[in-house]
Amino acid sequence: MAIISALFRHPSGRIGMAIIVVYLLAALLAAIGLTPHDALKMYTIDRLKPPSPTFWMGTDLLGRDTLSRLMLGIGQSLNIAFAAVACATIAGSVIGLLAAWWGSLWDGILMRLMDVLLAFPAILLALLIIAIVGPGTFTSVTAIAIVYTPIFARVVRGPALSLKRRDFVDAARTFGSSQFYVLTRHLLLNLVAPLAVQVTLALAWALLTEAGLSFLGLGTQPPTPSLGLMLSESKNLMQQAPWLMLFPALTIMLGILGFNLTGDALRDILDPRTQGRSA
Amino acid sequence: MSPLLAVRDLHVGFGRAPKANEVVRGVSFDLSAGQTLAIVGESGSGKSVTALSINRLVDFGGGRITGGSITLQRADGSALDITGATEKTLRQVRGRDIGMIFQEPMTSLNPVHTIGAQIEEALRLNRDLTGQAARSGALDMLDRVRIPDAKSRLGYYPHQLSGGMRQRVMIAMALASSPRLLIADEPTTALDVTVQAQIMALLAELREETGMAMIFITHDIGLVAGIADRIMVMQGGLAVEQDETDAVLDRPQHDYTRHLLSAVPHFTAGKAARSDGPRGTETKPVVVVDDLVVRFPVGRNPFRPAGAVHAVDGVDFDLMPGETLGIVGESGSGKSTTARAILELTERKRGRLTVSSSRSRRPIQMVFQDPFASLNPRLNVEALLAEPAIANGQRKDAALLERMTFLLDRVGLPADALTRYPHQFSGGQRQRLCIARALMLNPDVVVLDEAVSALDVSVQAKVLDLLIDLQREFGLAYLFISHDMAVVERIAHRIAVMFAGQIVEIGNAQAVLSDPQHSYTKRLIAAVPAIERRNQHFSLDATQVPSLVRPPGYEPPEAVWRQAGGDHQVRLETVT
Amino acid sequence: MHYLAQRLLTFPLILLGVSVLVFVSIRLIPGDAITAMLGTEAGMLTPDQRAALASYFGIDQPVWSQYLRWLGGLLQGDLGISTIYARPIFSIILERFPLTLELALLAMLIALSIGIPLGVLAATRNGRPSDLGVRLLAMLGQSTPSFVLGIMIIFVLSVAFGVVPPMGIFTPLWQDPLANLSQLIFPAITLGFAFAASVTRISRSAMLDVLSEDYVRTARSKGVPALSVVWHHALPNALIPVVTLSGVEFGYLLGGAVIVEQIFALPGLGRLVLDAISQRDYALVQGTVIFIAFNFLVVNLLVDLAYAALDPRIRLGGK
Repeated sequence: MAIISALFRHPSGRIGMAIIVVYLLAALLAAIGLTPHDALKMYTIDRLKPPSPTFWMGTDLLGRDTLSRLMLGIGQSLNIAFAAVACATIAGSVIGLLAAWWGSLWDGILMRLMDVLLAFPAILLALLIIAIVGPGTFTSVTAIAIVYTPIFARVVRGPALSLKRRDFVDAARTFGSSQFYVLTRHLLLNLVAPLAVQVTLALAWALLTEAGLSFLGLGTQPPTPSLGLMLSESKNLMQQAPWLMLFPALTIMLGILGFNLTGDALRDILDPRTQGRSA
Repeated sequence: MSPLLAVRDLHVGFGRAPKANEVVRGVSFDLSAGQTLAIVGESGSGKSVTALSINRLVDFGGGRITGGSITLQRADGSALDITGATEKTLRQVRGRDIGMIFQEPMTSLNPVHTIGAQIEEALRLNRDLTGQAARSGALDMLDRVRIPDAKSRLGYYPHQLSGGMRQRVMIAMALASSPRLLIADEPTTALDVTVQAQIMALLAELREETGMAMIFITHDIGLVAGIADRIMVMQGGLAVEQDETDAVLDRPQHDYTRHLLSAVPHFTAGKAARSDGPRGTETKPVVVVDDLVVRFPVGRNPFRPAGAVHAVDGVDFDLMPGETLGIVGESGSGKSTTARAILELTERKRGRLTVSSSRSRRPIQMVFQDPFASLNPRLNVEALLAEPAIANGQRKDAALLERMTFLLDRVGLPADALTRYPHQFSGGQRQRLCIARALMLNPDVVVLDEAVSALDVSVQAKVLDLLIDLQREFGLAYLFISHDMAVVERIAHRIAVMFAGQIVEIGNAQAVLSDPQHSYTKRLIAAVPAIERRNQHFSLDATQVPSLVRPPGYEPPEAVWRQAGGDHQVRLETVT
Repeated sequence: MHYLAQRLLTFPLILLGVSVLVFVSIRLIPGDAITAMLGTEAGMLTPDQRAALASYFGIDQPVWSQYLRWLGGLLQGDLGISTIYARPIFSIILERFPLTLELALLAMLIALSIGIPLGVLAATRNGRPSDLGVRLLAMLGQSTPSFVLGIMIIFVLSVAFGVVPPMGIFTPLWQDPLANLSQLIFPAITLGFAFAASVTRISRSAMLDVLSEDYVRTARSKGVPALSVVWHHALPNALIPVVTLSGVEFGYLLGGAVIVEQIFALPGLGRLVLDAISQRDYALVQGTVIFIAFNFLVVNLLVDLAYAALDPRIRLGGK
C-alpha cells in the first residue's frame, strides 16, 4: 500500500483523500441509519428552518432535515458512481485490451463502435438511454456506464498498443509464453497505474453526471434523497432559504473536488517521468 | 593575452538543495581563441552539465551554479563573468558569442517551423538581418554546411529531413550567428558512423574557415583524436586529467584515462579480432539461413500494395556451434530485421531456417538493445527469470530456483537480486539479467541485437567479456548484431556486412576488417573513428543510402560472389 | 494526407453507426410505437384504426425496411413529425438551433480566451505562487458542475445585486445584438467555466512538456528572448493537445446546454430534448439527438483539419 501512503504525502492527495474518507463515512453512517434525524420524516412545524443546533443545516419546504438528506444523498450518489464506473472500467478495459492485442480488423471494428458511442455528447447519450428505459437509479448506472465505456476503451488501448510493441513482449514471444500470460502479466499489470488515475477521475465525473441527471429530474426519483434533486428543488426558494441551495451545492462540489484532487495526485505519483529510472 | 574562456573551480548542483546535489564539483580549464577542447566522459561524469553551464542553459534544466567562475572574453574585448550575468546579458552572449549544437538532431529543431525560418531567426536576432537579406543569408548558411539543393530545402520542415541533414541544419543555425565559440554536445552520437564521419569532417572544415573555438563533448575518446587540440577527461564531476591531445592519448597519467584508452573497445582494423575457435569444417552448423526475405508492404490498400520495403533481401549465412557471427551495418541496413525474422518476431516472406539442436526446445534466444524496455518493470527478478521456464511447462520448484541462482551468479549478480525489481538495477546489471533470462532454457544460439549499444563504454567492455566467458562455458553460438565496429571486432569470429537489406561481404573477422573488399565495407571502415588514426582527417562524402522501396513484383538480381581467400566472400557490385 | 484521408473516410461510417444506434434504441422502447406515441389514448383505437395508423407510419414493414425509409428521409432532412408540436421536426430544430449553437460557441470563446493565457502563464511560472493560484482555480473550476455554478450566479445576481438575469426569452443576434448578449452571457459563462478550467490545465501541462523539449533549448541557445521562446517556439506546439481537447469538449458543451438552458429557461435544443422526453415524443428525441450528434461529428472533423494546419508532420506526412 505504498500508493496510499504516497497519496497522503502528496499535498493535494491528502486533501482529496480526506474528503473521500469523510464522504464514505457519511454514506456509511446513513446506510446504517445513523443520521441526526429521519431523512424522510416531515417536521411540519419546522418547515424552512435556517441552520440551528437541532437542524444543523436547516430544513426544507416539507420540514425534512437537510443534513440527514444530504448524508443519504451522498450514499446514493456514491453507489451509482461506484457501480457505473466499475462496469465501465471492466467493459472498457476488456474492449480496449482486446482491440490492441488482436489488432487490425478487430481493432478497427471495436474502436469504430466506440467512436459511434463517443459521437454523442455524454449527457445526450445518457438522456437517450433514459428516454428508452425511463428514469431511475438503475438507468443512471447504465447510462453513466455506457457513456464511460468507450473512454476507458481508449484509455486502455493506447498504452496497451505501445506495451504490445515493447521489447519485453517480444522477449515473451521468444520464450513461447502463453497469450494469457502476456495479456495479464505484461499488459494488464502495467496498465494498473493509468487505470487507477482514470477510475478516480471517472468517479468525479460520474458524481457530476448523477447529480446533473437528478437535477433535471431524470435521475434518482423522489422521495429518495439525492443531491441533484435537492439543488433543483432549492431553486425557487433561494431568496427565502439560501441554505437549501448552499449545502447541496457545496456537497456536490466538494465531492467532485475530492476525487479530482486524488486523481491528480495519483497521476503525479504514478507518472513515469517523476518515478525516474534511477540507475 | 587572456584566453577566450577561463573556467575556474566550477560547481553546479541540481534540485532544491543544489549544494548537496552537485554534479560538477570543481572543474577548471582555459580555452584560447580558435582552439578545440574535447571533454570526454561517460554518462554522469558532468561533461554535458559543464557545457550547459558555459552559456547558462543549465538554469532551464533545474541546475544552479553553486561556485566558481566562468570568464568569457567578449568580442569588444571586455571580460564577462557568466556565473553572475543577468538573463538579458546572457541572451546577448547566447548565439552571438557562444553557439551550441546538441546530441539529438531529431528533437532539437522545432517541428512546426521551416528550417529556413529557424535559421533566419538566428540571423535576425544576432546579425540584424531582415527580409530578403535574412533569406539569402539562410540560403548561404545551408550552402556552407553542404546541404544539396539548398534553395528548395529552405521551405522544408525538420521531419522531412534525415538525421544527418538535420544535424547540418543545426550547425548552420549555430554558425549563422557567427559565434566565436561553438559548443558541440555529443553531436554525432545519434547518427550512423558514415554520417558521423561527414559531420566531423564538416565541423573540422568550418572551424578552419571561421577560426572559431570549439568545445566538443563526447563519450568516445577515439572520436576526438582527429579534431581536438586539448582533451579534458571527466569522471564523477571532476576533471581527472587535461592536456594536449597527444599527451593524453600517448602518456595518460590518470587511471581512469588509461582505463578509457585500454579497457574500452577501440577500433583497430582487425588487430583486436578474436583468434580463438577458428572454423572447423567437420562440425555441423547449428543454424543455416538460406535466402531470407522480409518485405513490408507500402501503400494504403492491403490488397493492391504500391510496392514493398525490401528490408531483408536474400540473406544467407550459417553459424557453427560456439561461434560468433557479427552482423554490422547502419540503420536501415536490415540487420535487426534479420534477427527478428530468425526469432519469428517478424514474418518472413521467404527463406529457410534450419536449426539443429540437441539440448533445448527453444534453441534460439534473444537479448534486446534497450535493457530498460526488455524487462517488465512490474515483475521482480524471480518472476522475470522464471517466465521462460514456465512458458515451457516447467514448475516453479527447487530445481528451477537453483538454476536461477546459478545463472545469476554466472552473469555476476548477487543471489538476493531475485526479490528485486528492474528499476533497482543499473543499465549494465539489467543487461546481465536479460542475458541470464536468455540462458534459462539452455539455448544453442543467442541473438544479441545491439545488446551493448545502450551501455556506457566501460560497462560495454565488461559485458563483452562476460559474453565471451559464457560462450566458452556453455558452447553458445552468438549472432551479434551491432552498428559499432569496435565492439564487433572484440567479439566476432566472423563478420557479415549488411547494406540495403543484403549481405555485401562476409568472412573471417580479421580478414574483413583488415582487408575490406566491397566499396561499402571500405567506406564504413574508413568512417570508424580510431585512436591510431588520429591525424587522418575525415573527408566529405555525400553518398546516400538507396531507397529500399521497390515496385510490386520486383526481385533483386541474383547475387554473384567473389572469393577473397579463406571463407572471405564479397558480393560483386553492379552499377545501378 | 494519410491521416486526413482516414478521417474523411470514417466520417460517413460513424454517421451510419450513429443513425443505426438511434433508430434501434428507439425501437427498444417497451410497447408498440402507437401506444408510445398516443399514450392512454391508444386504448380507444379500434383494431382497424390501429392497423391504418401502423401502415401510415410504416411500422407494419420489416425493421430493416423501416430503417431504410427512415434513413432515406433523414438524408433529405425529413426527421418526421413531432407529436407535441404537430410540425415537421427538422423545422423545429432549425428554429431552436441558433440559440444552442451560439451558447456553445460563446462558452468556447470564453473558455479558450481565459484558459490558454492562464495555462501559459502558470507553466512559465511553474511552482511559484501565481502557478499555484491558477492550478487551484482550475481545480475548483473543474469540480464545479454547471448546474451548481448557474444557480449560484442567479443567486448572487438576485440577492446581492437585485438583478434577475433575463430568462425564458431569446432575441437572435442579428435582431438585437445587445439584448442577445445580455441574455446569453451568464448562461455562456456557466457553460464555459468548467471547460475554461480544463483548457487551463491542458495548456499548462502541454506548455510544461514543450518547454522541456530539446528545440526550446535550441531556441534559447541562439539567444531568442524569453517571450518569443514562449509564444513563437513553444505555444504552437503546445496548442496541439488544446485543439484536440476543444473538439471533444464542444460535444460536452452541446450536451451541457441541456442543463444550462434548463436553469436559465432558454428555448434551445436542450430544452427541446427534455420536453420531448417528458412528453414521450420519441420521434422528436430521435431527431434532436441525431442532429446534435451530426453537428458534433462535423465539429470534430473541423478540429482534425485545424490539427493538420497546426502540425506540419500531419499536414505533409511523415517519413
